[in-house]
Amino acid sequence: MNIEFIGLQDVNGPLIVLDGVNGAGYDELVRIRCADGERMGKVVRIDGERVVVQVFEGTAGLSLSDTRTVLTGRPLELPLAKSMLGRVFDGLGRPIDGYREIYGECKRPINGRAINPVCRDYPRDYIATGISSIDALATLIKGQKLPIFSGSGLPHNELAVQIARQANTADGNSCIVFAAMGVKNDVADYFRRAFEASGALSRTVMFLNLASDPITERITTPRCALTAAEYLAFDKGMDVLVIMTDMTAYAEALREVSSALGEIPGRKGYPGYLYSDLASLYERAGKIKGRPGSVTQLPILTMPNDDIAHPVPDLTGYITEGQIVLDRSLYAAGVYPPVSVLSSLSRLMKDGIGKAYTRDDHQVLSAQLYASYAQVQEVRSLAGVIGEEDLSAQDKAVLAFGQRFEKEFLCQPEGNTRTIAQTLDLGWELLSTLPRASLDRVDDATLDRYYRG
Amino acid sequence: MMKTKETMRIYGVNGPVVTVRGTTELSMMETVYVGRSRLIGEVVSVSREGAIIQVYEDTAGLGPGEPVEGTGAPMRAMLAPGLLAGIYDGIGRPLDRIAERDGEFIAAGTDLASVDLHKKYQMHLCVKRGDTVTGGQIFARCAETPSIEHRLIVPAGLSGEVVFCAADGDYTVSEPLLKVRDEWGEHTLNAITYHPIRTPRPVAERMSADRPLITGQRIIDTMFPIAKGGAAAIPGGFGTGKTMLQHQLAKWSAADIIVYVGCGERGNEMTQVLEEFSDLTDPRTGRSMLERTVLIANTSNMPVAAREASIYTGITIAEYYRDMGYDVALMADSTSRWAEALREISGRLEEMPAEEGFPAYLPSRLAAFYERAGLVRTLSGDQASVTVIGAVSPQGSDFSEPVTQNTKRFIRCFWALDKSLAYARHYPAVNWIDSYSEYRNQLSAWFDTRIAPDFTALRDRVSALLAEEAHLMEIVKLIGADLLANEQKLTLEIARCVRVGFLQQNAFDPADAYVPPEKQYQMIRLILFTYDKARDLTAAQIPVSVIAESGVFDRLCRLRFGIPNDGAAAAARKAEQEINRALEEILHSYSEKQ
Repeated sequence: MNIEFIGLQDVNGPLIVLDGVNGAGYDELVRIRCADGERMGKVVRIDGERVVVQVFEGTAGLSLSDTRTVLTGRPLELPLAKSMLGRVFDGLGRPIDGYREIYGECKRPINGRAINPVCRDYPRDYIATGISSIDALATLIKGQKLPIFSGSGLPHNELAVQIARQANTADGNSCIVFAAMGVKNDVADYFRRAFEASGALSRTVMFLNLASDPITERITTPRCALTAAEYLAFDKGMDVLVIMTDMTAYAEALREVSSALGEIPGRKGYPGYLYSDLASLYERAGKIKGRPGSVTQLPILTMPNDDIAHPVPDLTGYITEGQIVLDRSLYAAGVYPPVSVLSSLSRLMKDGIGKAYTRDDHQVLSAQLYASYAQVQEVRSLAGVIGEEDLSAQDKAVLAFGQRFEKEFLCQPEGNTRTIAQTLDLGWELLSTLPRASLDRVDDATLDRYYRG
Repeated sequence: MMKTKETMRIYGVNGPVVTVRGTTELSMMETVYVGRSRLIGEVVSVSREGAIIQVYEDTAGLGPGEPVEGTGAPMRAMLAPGLLAGIYDGIGRPLDRIAERDGEFIAAGTDLASVDLHKKYQMHLCVKRGDTVTGGQIFARCAETPSIEHRLIVPAGLSGEVVFCAADGDYTVSEPLLKVRDEWGEHTLNAITYHPIRTPRPVAERMSADRPLITGQRIIDTMFPIAKGGAAAIPGGFGTGKTMLQHQLAKWSAADIIVYVGCGERGNEMTQVLEEFSDLTDPRTGRSMLERTVLIANTSNMPVAAREASIYTGITIAEYYRDMGYDVALMADSTSRWAEALREISGRLEEMPAEEGFPAYLPSRLAAFYERAGLVRTLSGDQASVTVIGAVSPQGSDFSEPVTQNTKRFIRCFWALDKSLAYARHYPAVNWIDSYSEYRNQLSAWFDTRIAPDFTALRDRVSALLAEEAHLMEIVKLIGADLLANEQKLTLEIARCVRVGFLQQNAFDPADAYVPPEKQYQMIRLILFTYDKARDLTAAQIPVSVIAESGVFDRLCRLRFGIPNDGAAAAARKAEQEINRALEEILHSYSEKQ
C-alpha cells in the first residue's frame, strides 16, 4: 500500500521538495498527480523526512497545495518484449505512435547494472560499413562504442544512417535502437524516413525526446533505449546497433538538473560526475560470454564551436573505444563523408582485422596510410610557406598522393559502397604513387606483394 | 567486536553519500554495512550530530530508517595466497566468484572473501617450536603458482616465542599454522593477513634507487629510464596510447609481480588484459603472464566510491608482495579517474572546492599514494621494491590541469604522450622533448657497467641530436629544407632514423614488442656510427641526397627488423661493416668524379 502525500514544500526548476515523508528510497519512482493529469519523477536526494524529487515531465503547472504524490517503492522500469520492434516511444518508454501499450514479458530498471568484466567477451567481429575511411582506418567492431564527433551543419546523420543500413544486414538477426535526445523534429523525421526507405523500420525501436520535450526526460531517454537494447541483444540474441543523438544535448540536460540541485559545478558548469554518468551509458555496449547478440553503440555528438577539447567530446573520448571525427574543411572541399583521418581512431580495430577477419595486409596498410597522410599535412604546411613550386620532387609526390587520397579514397557519395577488398586495393594503388623506400611502416614481403609503383 | 548499542539508522541519501544522525559511535574511516542489503561503506566524516558515509555500491532503493552497522575497523585488504591471477573489484572482492554467484551483471551487497578459502596449499614452515620470531619475519612458504613462491610473514609489531607450529603439509588459508606468545598473550597465525588499505606497510629502511626496471621499451629504457622503486606518470589525451603503453609495461617489465589497477576505465580493456595475459608466456619463467599478475578492476560504470579505494587496494597488495622480497610494479590506469572520484565525493560532501572543483587535499592524497613507491629493505632483510606507474588523463589534453600538475611534483619520470605523434601513428607516442626522467643520472652507472661503457655517452648524444632536430625543424617550417647547410640536412636525416628506426616500436610485432637493452645499445651505436661516418662525406662536399640514394638511412629506419634480439652484437658488427663499405664507396666514386 502506498501512501499519498498532499502538497509540496517547494518547486525549483525540474525539482520538487516534499516534507514529512517516511520510507522514501533513493532513486525510486514517484507518481505526481496534479490538475492536468499524472506525471512521473524520481527521488534524487533524501534528508531525513525531506525528499527532493526530479519531475521528468517538468514542473510547469504544479502548485504547492493541489499536488499529490505517491512513492512507488520501485525504480523506473521499462516493460520489455520483442514486439517493441517497429514501435516509437517517448523518453520514459511510453508509446507515442498511437498503438497499444507494450505488455512486457519482463520489466527491468532502466539504470541497468554493470557487466562484470570477467563475463565480457572481447569484441572481435568487424562490421563492414562499405565506407573506405572507416573500414580501412577506423574499423567498426561488433560490440564497440564508437561515437561520431561532429559539428552543426556536418553530415553526421547521413553517415549514421549509412552505417546503420550496412550494419543492419537482412539476416533477420540485427536491429536498430534509436534514441533521440533534444534533436529537432526534422532530424528525428529524417532518421524515420531513412529507416523506412531501407526497409529497416520494422526492425527499429525508437525513443524520441525532441528539442521541445522536457529536459528531465532527456536523461531517461538513452537509459530506456539501452535497456531495450540489452534485452534484445542478451535475451533475444540479436545484434543491436544503438544510435544515440545528440549526446551534447543530453549532457546539457544533466547540467541543467545539476544546477537546479545546487551542486558544485566542474568544468564549464557540467557536474563533477559527468564522466561517471556518461560512462554508465557508454559502458552498456559490448558482448557477453556464452550469449549470442551484441550491443554496438554509435553515439553522435556535436562539438560546440567544433572544439574537441570541450568537456562532452573530451570525456566521451576517454570512455568510448575510439572516435570518428568529421572535419568541416574537408566537407567544404566537397569530400563526403568528411572523416578527419588523423584524429579518428578505432581502439578495437587491432584485434578485429588481419588474416582471420579482413585481410592480412590490413594492419600495415592502415599504418602506412596514416603515416603518409600525416606527411601530407606536414608538406602542405610547408608549401603554404614556401610555395608549391619550391618543394622537392618527393614532397610534390606526397602532395599529389594527398590530393588523390582525399578525392578517391575518402570521397564516396551516398550509396557508393566498397567491399573491404576494394578498399584495401585502392589503398595500395594510392600508396604505389609514392616511392617505395618512403613506405617505412611496411615490411619488404608485403611490399613485394602489393606495391605496384 | 560487536558493541552493545541501539541500531544506527540512515538519515539521508545523496548518490553514494549517506548520512547518519544521532550517533557518536562511528569512528573516522571505519568500514560500515549500510542498509538492509548490507552495502559496504566507509565513514568519511564524523561530528557531534552524526557521521557521513561513502558507500562503495549503488545506493538505489536505500532509504532513511534502514540500519547501519559499524565494524570497528578501517577498510582493509585481505592478503593471502591465491591473489595472483585473480581479478578483483575496487575493494578486493573477487569478480570471478561474483560472476558465479550473481551472473553477468554485478549486483549490490556482495560480501565475498578475496581468496578461495577452501583451496589447500602445500605449506612449508620455516620456524619451529621454541623459536623467537619478530614482525616481518617469514615463517612459512608455499607455491602460490608454479612460478611464484608465497612467503607468509609474521605481522609487524608482533614478536615472541613460537608455542605451536603446524607440521609441513596441505592447509587452507584459514587453518592455524603458528601460535606466538608475547606479553599480551597467544596469537594464532594462519595464511591470511588483513591490512588497512590507506596505511603503508612498514619497512626496515628506504634505499636510494640505483638499478633500472628494464621494460624492453626503447624510448623508456634508453632515453627515460625508470628505477626499481621509482614513480612515473604517463599523461596523455584520449587516443594517445596510455593504456597501450601501460599494457606493454605490464607485459614486459622485469618485475616479479605486476599489480594492474583499471581505475574508472573501459570494461573491455580489463577483459583484454585477462585474455592477453593468460595467452602470453613470461619469458623468464616460461609460465603464463597472468600467474604473476593481480588485476583490480573498477570500470567506469562501477560505483564511484570504490574507484577511490581501488588505488589503495592495489598498492596494499603490491606492498604485501614486496614484503616477501619481490620487485613489484603497479600500473594505475588512470589516476585522473581516481582524482575525479575524489572530486565527485567531495562535491557531494559540499566541501569547499579548490582548483577546477577538485578538493584542496588533492595534492596531499596524490603525494601519499606516489610516496608508497620505493626500493626498500624489508623487515625480513630482503631488498625489494614497488614501482608505481600512473596514467594521467588530462582534461582536454591540457597538461596544465590540476591532476597532471600535482602529479608532476611527486613523480620523477614523466613520459608525456603527444597527440600529434599519435595522429601520425608514431607509437609509443612519448614526446622526447617534453618527457624527462630524474633517474637518468642515478642509473648511468648501472647501464655503463652492465650494458656498455659508452652507453650514457651515446644516449646523451642522441638526446642532443633530437634537440637539435627540433631546433632545425623550426627553421625548416619557415624556409623549407633546401636552404639548410649540408651538415644540417644530415642531422635531420639521422634524427629521422632515430625517430623512425629507434623511438618507434611496434607492440604487435613479436620481435619488436620487447627489445633487450643490449640490442637498444647496438641500435643507437649503429645510428651514431653512421652519423659520424657520413659527416666525413658531407665534409667532402658530398650532398646528403647522394648518401640517401645508397639506402643507408632507409636501412637504419628498418634496423629493428635487421638486428635480432639475441646476438645483437654480432649482427650489429656485420651491419656496421656493410654501412662502412657503402659509405666508403660513395666517397671513392665521388672523389673520382671530381
